[in-house]
Amino acid sequence: MGLEYVKISPGFEKYMPRDYVDLVKFGQFGKEIDVMQLGQFKELVEEHPMCAGCYMAYFIRVFYAALPKPEDTIVLGTAGCARLALSQAAVPFIYGNYGDTNAVASGLKRALSIRFPDKDKDVVVIAGDGGLMDIGFGMTMHSWFRREKFTTIMVDNEVYGNTGGQESGMSPKGIQLKMAPKGKQFDKINAVELAQVAGCVYVARISPTNPKRIAKVIRRAILAARKFGPTFIHAYTSCNIEYSIPTREVLADARAREKKDFKFYEWMTDEVKEYLEEIERKEKEKAKQEVKS
Amino acid sequence: MPEQKVVEPEHLLLEAPREKKFITGSQAFAEAVKRGNVDIAIAYPITPQSETMHLVGDLYAQGYVKDYYRAEEEYGAMSAIAGAVRGGARAFTATSGPGLLRGLEAIVSWPGHRIPAVLGVMTRVVNAPLSIQPDNVEIAYLLHSGLVVLHAENQQDVFDFTLAGFVISEKVDVYLPVVVATEGFFVTHAKGYVELPPEDMKLPPRDPYKAPVPPTDCEIPPARIQRDAPVQKSNFMSYLIHAVWQQEVWSANRRAMKWIYKYLGGPIEVVNPDAEVFIVASGCAAAQGREAQRYAQMEGLPVGLVKIKSLRPFPEKEVREALKKAKAVIVPEHNIVGWLAKEVKAVIPNSGIVVDGPRVYGGMTLPVELIMDEIYKALGIKKEKKTVV
Repeated sequence: MGLEYVKISPGFEKYMPRDYVDLVKFGQFGKEIDVMQLGQFKELVEEHPMCAGCYMAYFIRVFYAALPKPEDTIVLGTAGCARLALSQAAVPFIYGNYGDTNAVASGLKRALSIRFPDKDKDVVVIAGDGGLMDIGFGMTMHSWFRREKFTTIMVDNEVYGNTGGQESGMSPKGIQLKMAPKGKQFDKINAVELAQVAGCVYVARISPTNPKRIAKVIRRAILAARKFGPTFIHAYTSCNIEYSIPTREVLADARAREKKDFKFYEWMTDEVKEYLEEIERKEKEKAKQEVKS
Repeated sequence: MPEQKVVEPEHLLLEAPREKKFITGSQAFAEAVKRGNVDIAIAYPITPQSETMHLVGDLYAQGYVKDYYRAEEEYGAMSAIAGAVRGGARAFTATSGPGLLRGLEAIVSWPGHRIPAVLGVMTRVVNAPLSIQPDNVEIAYLLHSGLVVLHAENQQDVFDFTLAGFVISEKVDVYLPVVVATEGFFVTHAKGYVELPPEDMKLPPRDPYKAPVPPTDCEIPPARIQRDAPVQKSNFMSYLIHAVWQQEVWSANRRAMKWIYKYLGGPIEVVNPDAEVFIVASGCAAAQGREAQRYAQMEGLPVGLVKIKSLRPFPEKEVREALKKAKAVIVPEHNIVGWLAKEVKAVIPNSGIVVDGPRVYGGMTLPVELIMDEIYKALGIKKEKKTVV
């Protein structure tokens, strides 16, 4: 029914805010959008109060454009920068307590599976490094151990950005931040390896330099979670404020990190691979036929 | 799948024929869940709660509950309950003492998130030194967050309050979580007589669309589909939204009272309403208070009992009315802080008549003779110490 609930009831169009009418008419609901069309359709998130030059804001913009079925998607977040944009998107958003995302998502996904066993309802967590790898670590891990069928995306800015620049478990070793007065004493947590060991069926690490690739990874993670189990994306989304990256150098920084410790990495189980290849092969054929006709 | 007929809550709770069984409090919780048409139960072990959630797990294996899992710890369990209820499911979990406090951040946010669920609380010592015994100081932590809090005296109350809890929590004008608290071990691990309706009957399923705050299931517009100001967007919005939302939570809490009348016969029970001295108690202390009242009556003393079933909403009017002519009020409790005595003092005009205690803590039993001593003192009777068994 996803598509039904976003549509405007006949006769009400003139009373609805223009913004919403545009979303239904010129937005993504009911279609799959090519992320390269960004700027040519009404996006699910537009206004947000994130800092100028915030790379997380860019990543979130691409994330919404990449959703395979936005009208049947529920996004969960927790305290931190990301939720400032997530809460303003035209996709249902759940903002719970500190670091609780993967436990709430477990209950939510199970409830939806009980109530709608024959429908795909995509549940996606987008939370920061603090939420997923520090305060919510146990719940993140156990949702993976239990093979819960939803996607977890870590937007890693390597700091408690919204709280005011404190060290997180994902901050690089040696970096001086608040609460790390002598520099961070231990290494960045290897979240990707943890995810693989803990039972995720699809894992990716990405520095968001290429929108097509971001969209592909997000879509794959969501499609695989529907059928097989937990999926995880570790995305580098720098904090230009706390790390003092000049706005015009944010992309260059992402590229530099991509060459260093954020090399693109993608891993999936054999059955996920087979499943995704089949879907993507069919899509290519369909696209070819459309070009021909 | 066991065959169960869906019947109206009124029938199941008030009219259906009942059969007397001799069961533990843990079994009484499970018997209520069995008839509660529960979609999902999430368990995490802690003494003395564990037996309840393992029995609920058996109900899942038998097909009475649709989904069940053992969570990572209580914060995870309570958060997952919130997720399941937002997804439209009817959910149950239970915990004790330290587990309750570990899950507290999530639990006390349920009312604000408008999560109708039932939480069993089997009391146990919190704070140090560690003990597993049934001190009930943890209930004090639950009284100021908007939860509906019922306190069961015995196994029968556990069954009735839990089953009614599902119904009350989902009422559109309430839509809040219901806590059913009872003392660990004294009630959970001891047997008592419980009148049970037939097990082939169950409540109607939860209808998540009958709700002041819709479920998040992509079938209905959620509370906020449009982009709009989040609560944190500005300080002004933050104050305002939180303030009006919490006012509504507490109004909803008070509105639960009429359903407590309807399904549980009211928030208090009064024995010997014309007495001069009253024992006011909840939970297990009410059971001991009941015994003390009986002894006093045998001795011809003008003593009555006010048992408080509902701690939130607190029956202010009812307690004031019941104690209108009281000369002394004795409040026996199973905790050191005396949270019930404070509640009682706050609602009567002459709080000086309230005797602070007797109190036992650390999970000790509450001997009836301690209450009798206070009765004699209140009535000016000098007695040689004797043991009441």
